[in-house]
Amino acid sequence: MCRNGPEPDCEKAPAAAFAALLEDSVEELYENAPCGYLSTLMDGTIAKINATLLGWLGLEADAVVGRMRFADLLTVGGKLYHETHFAPLLRMRGEISGIALEIKQAGGGRIPVLVSSVVKNGGNGEPLLIRTTVFDARDRRAYERELLRARRAAEQAHEQAEADRARLQDALAVLQQSLLPATLPPVPGVEAAAHYRTASPDRLGGDFYDLFAIDGRRFAFFLGDVCGKGPQAAAVTSLIRYTLRAAALHDPDPVAALTTLNHLLHERYTGDDPRYCTAIFGTLEPGPTTGEVTVRIASGGHPPALVLRADGTAGFLATPGGLLVGVLPTAPFTATATTLGPGDTLVLYTDGLTEARTGEDRTALYGDEALLAFAAGHAGKAPQAVIRALEDLLDDLGDGLDDDTALLAIGVPAPGTQSRTAT
Amino acid sequence: MDIERRNNVTVTGNPRGRAVVLAHGFGCDQNMWRLTVPALAEDYRVVLFDYVGAGRSDLTAFSESRYASLDGYARDVVDVCEALDLRDAVFVGHSVSAMIGVLAAGMAPERIGALVMVAPSPRYIDEAGYRGGFSAEDIDELLESLESNYLGWSAAMAPVIMGNADRPELGEELTNSFCATDPDMARVFARTTFLSDSRDDLRTVTVPTLILECTQDVIAPREVGAFVHRMIADSKLVTLDATGHCPHLSAPEATNEAITDFLVRLP
Repeated sequence: MCRNGPEPDCEKAPAAAFAALLEDSVEELYENAPCGYLSTLMDGTIAKINATLLGWLGLEADAVVGRMRFADLLTVGGKLYHETHFAPLLRMRGEISGIALEIKQAGGGRIPVLVSSVVKNGGNGEPLLIRTTVFDARDRRAYERELLRARRAAEQAHEQAEADRARLQDALAVLQQSLLPATLPPVPGVEAAAHYRTASPDRLGGDFYDLFAIDGRRFAFFLGDVCGKGPQAAAVTSLIRYTLRAAALHDPDPVAALTTLNHLLHERYTGDDPRYCTAIFGTLEPGPTTGEVTVRIASGGHPPALVLRADGTAGFLATPGGLLVGVLPTAPFTATATTLGPGDTLVLYTDGLTEARTGEDRTALYGDEALLAFAAGHAGKAPQAVIRALEDLLDDLGDGLDDDTALLAIGVPAPGTQSRTAT
Repeated sequence: MDIERRNNVTVTGNPRGRAVVLAHGFGCDQNMWRLTVPALAEDYRVVLFDYVGAGRSDLTAFSESRYASLDGYARDVVDVCEALDLRDAVFVGHSVSAMIGVLAAGMAPERIGALVMVAPSPRYIDEAGYRGGFSAEDIDELLESLESNYLGWSAAMAPVIMGNADRPELGEELTNSFCATDPDMARVFARTTFLSDSRDDLRTVTVPTLILECTQDVIAPREVGAFVHRMIADSKLVTLDATGHCPHLSAPEATNEAITDFLVRLP
């Protein structure tokens, strides 16, 4: 500490240190440098070696100089590496650096080292000898081992995570299936087809649909979309499905069924965790002799159903004014009805389809108009064919699909076609 | 299966010339032959390849059981010969590949008509009456060190090869590919190589054979060269004035001269 001005010791210290440096002769520096030095002939025979390296090796100079080759100092693996990689590359490039090898000690131990070599050429450019430095890499090797261990641990953790993820996905897929009918039941005089596509395999979807018998004559169907995703939405979906099924048995009137659902959702999910959905609920009543089917539907805030007619036209079955189901204690739902004749098909869908992003920059939405035009192109086709066409459309929309999509098509077979039902 | 892709087959040289197949040894790939190819290209159709697991071979084709014996590697050689429909080709193998060539010639005699064995060794481990150059402990230590992957064959080399601006002719092609080996597959190759004993197979050789050895080779000492020479009837032994195990890299001129001299005299 020299803050308080020049003191005798402080004056002397730098000078003494400098003098000590001068004492460090080149020879002394070579012999006792903090790294190993050696020079070999081009065939590897050791011509000169410093004391530091001899100390590491536990050997005397007499036993080494002129008697051993550099490769003899190495472990077998290192020797092999030296012969097949190190020496050829050194010859090609004239230098090589930072190669990890191990040297053998006289006592049987090994020291991990980093070796660099350079070829010294004579006046005519012919190689004369090889100069090599050897650095003690014990600490570094320990550090590398630690890194290796950490990498293996990370790899194992990653594998475990992948396995867990796969199991979770399997469980989610099973749960998802439980929210949808495994197959659609056969309905006399009617064909039906459905499709469900999740936007992400990781997430439980919030869309739902069903088709089931009310009594010997009438059938009911519904399709909807729960606000939100994941396990909570799935729980709501499950509740909605069984509520609508029970409500339909009690009173199949579409408005009554949605009203029952509205009550239940509003009462069950109040406060800071409101849960609601959009849905279309409907009934099918085949005419006894005409072959036509009367469809009555009610909608709560859901995109309008499409009707594809046998004559090649298509239109929306408007249900304006219906509120979201579950938001208000009492909610108005709009009902409407239509008749499906042979070759007519009713299509229900969720907004995953109409709100798919399109265009090159994926900023436009697919929209109602495009869907209507698409539907008109498939009017007159049977429900299964319509669903297949819509599946192709979903494929084309590709990563523009942000949300799940549920599709349900119900139609009356055109004359001469066979009545079938499929999911 | 696309063998040419699987074994990263490269065909160069004179398309009308006799086929010469150059096979790399353990721990390396076809780049080992870069100084040999120019000497052969004018007169011979030169075929280079990587064994499955080495270089730019198709690593997905690797099977531990197939490559647990030298026969599996010899099968690679035969596959390559068949894929190119080579007949009466000259097989040049370095180190363990010299023995693989012996096995391949036995499997497909119509394909291989001559052998050049560069620093061959049919048995690396010393035994009573035989000097292979390594003690059993040496080989155990080697395999152990490969198990723990401290050598990191290819990884250790990468930085060296990268900074090659001063000699661009060695650059691009060498980058990342000089002796690139997958560590796991290199372990299998090492075990197969260093534990193999192919001494008896040497007697099966009936084709003209050239043996090249170095004056000082810690991996294949002179005694081994003499042994191989003795076991193969009518073989020719040439001792190159070179040290190390890779004369085709350390003394390319002498090596090439010995090979071409042998080739021009072939029937």
